[in-house]
Amino acid sequence: MNERVDAPIRGLVLAGGASERMKRDKATLLYEGRTQLDRAVELVARHVDSVFVSVRASQGSDPARARYPLIVDSVPSQGPIVGIRSAIAAHPRNAWLVVACDLPFLSDQALSQLLAGRDPAASATAFISVHDGLPEPLCAIWEPKAAAEIDAFLERGRDCPRKFLMNHAVRLLEPEDRRALDNVNTPEEYVRASAKPTTAHAMQLKIQYFALMREQSGRSEETVETLASTPADLYAELKARYGFTLPREQLKVAVNSEFAPWSRRLAAGDAVVFIPPVAGG
Amino acid sequence: MRFRFTDAAIDTAAARRELVDPGAGGYASFEGWVRDFNEGQEVTSLEYEAFQELALKEGERILAEAAARFPIKHALCIHRVGHLGLSDMAVWVGVSSAHRGEAFDACRFIIDEVKHRVPIWKKEHYRSGDSGWVNCERCAAPRGHGHGHDHTQDHDHAQAQAPDHDAA
Repeated sequence: MNERVDAPIRGLVLAGGASERMKRDKATLLYEGRTQLDRAVELVARHVDSVFVSVRASQGSDPARARYPLIVDSVPSQGPIVGIRSAIAAHPRNAWLVVACDLPFLSDQALSQLLAGRDPAASATAFISVHDGLPEPLCAIWEPKAAAEIDAFLERGRDCPRKFLMNHAVRLLEPEDRRALDNVNTPEEYVRASAKPTTAHAMQLKIQYFALMREQSGRSEETVETLASTPADLYAELKARYGFTLPREQLKVAVNSEFAPWSRRLAAGDAVVFIPPVAGG
Repeated sequence: MRFRFTDAAIDTAAARRELVDPGAGGYASFEGWVRDFNEGQEVTSLEYEAFQELALKEGERILAEAAARFPIKHALCIHRVGHLGLSDMAVWVGVSSAHRGEAFDACRFIIDEVKHRVPIWKKEHYRSGDSGWVNCERCAAPRGHGHGHDHTQDHDHAQAQAPDHDAA
């Protein structure tokens, strides 16, 4: 019996997308003055030794991509799963930390959590989407053993990487950084996302804490200065600050003493209350 | 206000008088009491805390919904806040109506909705010296899918009580 050694991990940044909804190349979108592709490669390179960029055959000479080691799709594009398969084919003894280039909020925290939670015996290790609870294939670790399974999957005429993860042995993780995997597909989303760090203004909000939230924050109320524009962002910020144990999904939120959706746009001076599961009667 | 909070013992006789109506032939009430055990733990006392500004609005909405749903005369709900001992009354609901059926039904509707919707929290103190916020601390483990408050368990610290005042 050989002692099992976990496959060493390389990085793969997916930049082969057609950017149909964006109507321009997502890889070259600028955030804080740098392209998404450059930012993604740099981020992944902080966590693994070598990073490749996955492209379609027609993109191999594109200057934004050609400055990186490339892995070119082995067959005409059937989406990202072909990019992943091509990487495993090129380096069959490696596992791949696969990251889409259109995740402007992706963080070191998220990649650290993914690497720490890796299960080399699974076909992949992936996060669960905070939006629909399904696996997120495009920020995940894909193991060498997935190659044969991907081949069988493609042979059956399937190419959705998310469906692949749903139907194979995969280690799933609940993301601690809940915004990390929000992606940007349309020009409107791009404007919103890129505006955040530069033009958003800090505003003051009044927060009241009750019950468990009061005990965990150590206060009944406070005025906070924040860049958060929605209750969801605000909860993520305060959860990180105070170590709230309840996931957002178990809470409701009130703005100005009325229940509000988590996506509500906050205005300066709003009064916010996070409502843990109630237990009257 | 037909939905209200009190930090003193609930005066049920006074509350009941507010429901009197010449067209009412029946009255049903529900009292929730502090029980000495929950989920295998011996409970010694409770604390109730409410986000009153929103709780009063949501409570009034529930009573208005009950009036729209059932042909009742009057409905009232009073909830305690603060520290309560065993067998203290935590909540009182009273409904008067022409006939008994809708009084029972509306009473049941109101207490069920109050338990699930009104921002009131309950901290249990246990014989072991431990304490915990009900519904908040034993199910805080991350789960794949968010279910909001739907998984609220039935911690009914209560006994059904419907005095036979039904002349209908």
